Order: sequence, then structure tokens, then C-alpha cells
Amino acid sequence: MTDLTALTIAGIRDGLATKSFSAVDLTRAYLAAMEKARGLNAYIVETPDRALAMAAESDKRIAAGKMRALEGVPLGIKDLFATEGVHTQAASHVLDAFKPTYESTVTANLWADGAVMLGKLNMDEFAMGSSNETSYYGPVTNPWRSTNSNAPLVPGGSSGGSATAVAARLCAGATATDTGGSIRQPAAFTGTVGIKPTYGRCSRWGVVAFASSLDQAGPIARDVRDAAILLRSMASVDAKDTTSVDVPVADYEKAVGQGVRGRRIGIPKEYRVDGMPAEIERLWEQGKAWLRDAGAEIVDISLPHTKYALPAYYIVAPAEASSNLARYDGVRYGLRVPDDDVIDMYEKTRAAGFGKEVKRRVLIGTYVLSAGYYDAYYLRAQKVRTLIKRDFEQAFAAGVDAILTPATPSAAFGLEAMALASPIEMYLNDVFTVTVNMAGLPGIAVPAGRTADGLPLGLQLIGRPFDEEMLFRAAAVIEDAAGHFTPEPWWQA
Amino acid sequence: MSVDKDTVKRVARLARIAVSDAEAEKLKVDLNTILGFVEQLNEVDVTGVEPMTAVVAMNAKMRDDVVTDGEIAGKVLANAPGGADQFFVVPKVVE
Repeated sequence: MTDLTALTIAGIRDGLATKSFSAVDLTRAYLAAMEKARGLNAYIVETPDRALAMAAESDKRIAAGKMRALEGVPLGIKDLFATEGVHTQAASHVLDAFKPTYESTVTANLWADGAVMLGKLNMDEFAMGSSNETSYYGPVTNPWRSTNSNAPLVPGGSSGGSATAVAARLCAGATATDTGGSIRQPAAFTGTVGIKPTYGRCSRWGVVAFASSLDQAGPIARDVRDAAILLRSMASVDAKDTTSVDVPVADYEKAVGQGVRGRRIGIPKEYRVDGMPAEIERLWEQGKAWLRDAGAEIVDISLPHTKYALPAYYIVAPAEASSNLARYDGVRYGLRVPDDDVIDMYEKTRAAGFGKEVKRRVLIGTYVLSAGYYDAYYLRAQKVRTLIKRDFEQAFAAGVDAILTPATPSAAFGLEAMALASPIEMYLNDVFTVTVNMAGLPGIAVPAGRTADGLPLGLQLIGRPFDEEMLFRAAAVIEDAAGHFTPEPWWQA
Repeated sequence: MSVDKDTVKRVARLARIAVSDAEAEKLKVDLNTILGFVEQLNEVDVTGVEPMTAVVAMNAKMRDDVVTDGEIAGKVLANAPGGADQFFVVPKVVE
């Protein structure tokens, strides 16, 4: 029998339908692969018993001819999603031992469609990071290594566990979340496909909150079609999240293969940043050529406020985080460091429970919201955000269907390579992705090439609100031209 | 604008995070780096620009004013580090 973990979700669907293998066989293959890959540290918790029970249920459904959209598909779940009775800590110590008594809407949607849960995936603490090095559970190692060195590389972040698990075939697909680039940057670093849908497309209910006006869930998958299949199941309007939007969920898979003939793709000149590596520049040119060859019209556009997106983000996101993370006080759930005085208990609990990056952002957020500074920082940043969104609206109003940019300013970098860098250097990883969150738009990262030393690089497509279909069409064109990227399984040795 | 060590300690107190003097010193450097970075927003002319308050333009959703759940004290308290007898337990706050 061929290696079942090599199959895409579309391939699993076909194989289960024709009874070439069972859902239990498939889940066992993944559990075995996970065991051999523990050194990558992608999973925080494995849930083999639950996985096998869910797979057995899927086999019953298949035998009864009642297959659902994701029947028997083994998935990894980012530790940010509440999963009933199962470890949910946002990779933070402050949520020590937390096991929710409820299920997030996104994961409930996946289970209702027949998917199988393999376990909870590592991530940056509270989704704050771009390298998966801020996790309480230690860093994740990228399954990709440079052709001339065996030095470990980061998988990006914050969804580093999700991206690694998908790239290393430790799950068929994974849930992830994106507040400033946390789906698209790790997807680009690992040769996988990641889409952050429009703000409001997926319910945020049961997803541990970081910055509520920016957070959005989405999938990381092996290819564009799989990302489309997963997003259709994850997306829904939800009475429990009033920011979820009541727009019908499209059959995104149908968009894959429809091409871009006659469509207009914008190239924003402001994304050509100083010091951008020639490899990224070439990749971008190559992407333009592929889309042009497929019949799209390539037009130069301007998004003048692009350079202000990252500084505005580092006011808005920490401000919202400082408010959202106020709930971790040692009273209702998670870690408690006891003290006779209640204020001391809060302060000691939060000091022991939060990691360095989280403390940094909570303090920045508290400062910019404090009396006397609110107008100078927060209010100004929200005004700049209006201008960033307006730039995109004007480009779309002028007839652009999607915007093509690089996904990241570099390929994956070394573990601990940024240990002595200033926080800003790490933040610059999100320079191309953060604009999309600020404007609430959908964005997809798709693998498009490799560096001279063999590491994957991705391109990003940005679309109109709720036009994820256009992104799947254009991303599939790039994927068809660029091919697929699979790392050598050195970790199995 | 930049912050000094006392400001860091005051903000940490507001955020209810205990910081040592050494941590405050390090955080002061980090915070000033970030505040220096966001300073460039002052270049932008925001005259007459409304602050963004909603990501997607839509009317606030209304629902019927009815009780939709409850009677789940056990579930609410299930993860409490000091829960006892249907109450959260905290250190004494009044003498």
C-alpha cells in the first residue's frame, strides 16, 4: 500500500469513497508519522484515542453511504481553538491545565463534517510571534533545511505548529489563525498554502482572543484545493460571534481551476521595500509572468499608506491584547500563584504565567491606552487604519480583482537567529501581510519557488472582501506553474 | 515620546504584572524601541479622517432578549484554581 499520509484531502476523499483504505487505517498512518516526528515539536498534545474513535465513526458512515464533506480526514488543531475536554492553552503557562467545557465554532463545524482530531498544535504564546519561539512548550523546527546546512530553521509563526505538521505530513490539514500574518508567513516558510479569509468569514467564538478586530481563523493545507475544501467547512455565520458575517459560504473548490483569464491583477509599487533580496524580487516577477501567461492583465497600482500599516498595527494589536488578556487573573481558570493579598496574587500570577513577548505587548498596549496617551497613539492609529483600508478600496474600485505581492521579506531563518535582535526586526516579518488584517481583507500565501539553497518561498494574493474565490483561482494558477514543495523526511531517521 | 523606568513600573502596575527592577530596565529599552518605531505615524495627515471602528460595515445585530443558557455552574467552575461549593475563591479582600 502507498503511504497514506502522502494523500491530499481530495485524494483521501476519493480513496475512502472507493474503499481503497479505511478511515482507521488512515488515522493510524498519521499517528505513526506523528510518533516519528516528535523531535519537530509540532504537536503539544496528541489525542490518539479520540482520533481512532472519530475515525471508526467515519468508517461506519462510509459503510452506510453517508459520507460528509471531510469524512475521516485527520486534522491538527492549533492550540488557540477551544476543544472540549482537551488541552487548550494558547501555548501559554497562564492557562495551565485549562480544558474547556465547550467547543469552538470552527472546530465544531469541522467535526460536524466528519473530520478527525489528531491533537493540538504548537504556536507562539497567544499567537504573538513570527517564529514559534515564544511558545511555553518550546520552539517548533521547520521540516525544511537548507541544502548546504543541517542547522534547524524556524517554521514561522504564530501558526508554526500548523505549518510544520502540514508540510511534514503529520496531518492532512490544520486550523490556524492570522492576526498580522500568522497563517501566511508560516505557510510561506514551509511550502504550504495558507489563507486568511475576510474578517467575519469564520466565527471567532471559542478562539482564544489576541486582537479581536484583527483575528481571523483559516486553514493551512498541502495545496490550493485542500485549502478551499477546509475553508468551506470552517466558515459560517454564528450567533455567538456578532462580527461573523451572514454572507453565503461559497463552494470554494469550484473556483480552483477556473483560471484568471480577463481578470486584472494589481502590483503595488510600495511593496518593493528597501533591502528586499533579489530572490524575492525575481519570485514576484515570475508570479506576474505566470498570471499574465494565464490570461490576466497585470496593472501597476499604488497603496500609499502601506509603510504605516506595521507601526499602526503595533499600536492597535497590543492595545486590544492588553484588554483581552486582562481576564487571566488566576481566579476563574488557569495558573494561580497564591498570595494573601488579591492584587499581589494577580500580579504574581501574570508575572509567572506570561512569557517575555506577551508581557512586552501587554505593557505597550496598556501604555498607549492610558490616560493622556490614547489620542496620540490609539486614536491616530485607528485613523491611519481607515486610510490603509481606503487605499485598497480605491484599487478595487478602479477594477483590480486581486493584488499580487511577496508573502514574506525572506525565507525561513535559523532557530535563535533573532535572539539578540530588537523586537522590531522580528515584527518586520509581517511587513507584507499585516496590511491585509488592518483592512480586514482576505489574503492567501501560495508556494511559488525556492531560494538558491533550496528553501521554499511564497507569494501572496489579496482580494476583495468575501471574494475568496478569486484568491483560489489565482493561487491555483501559480501552483500549477510552480509545482509542489515537499521536504525530505530527515526527522524520521 | 519615551518612557523611563518609573513609567514602566507604573504601567506594569496598571497591567497587574509584577516586574523586578532588572526586568523594568530591559522592558524600558524594548518599549522605547517600539515607541520610536510607531513615531512615524506622526508623518501622516489624519485631518478629517474618521477612526476605524468596524472592520466590516454592518448594522449591529439584534437578538431576542431571552435566556439562552444557564444552570451550568459546574461547567463554569470546572477550571477554577480555587473553586469550591459553586463559588470562585479568592484571598480576603475586606477586613
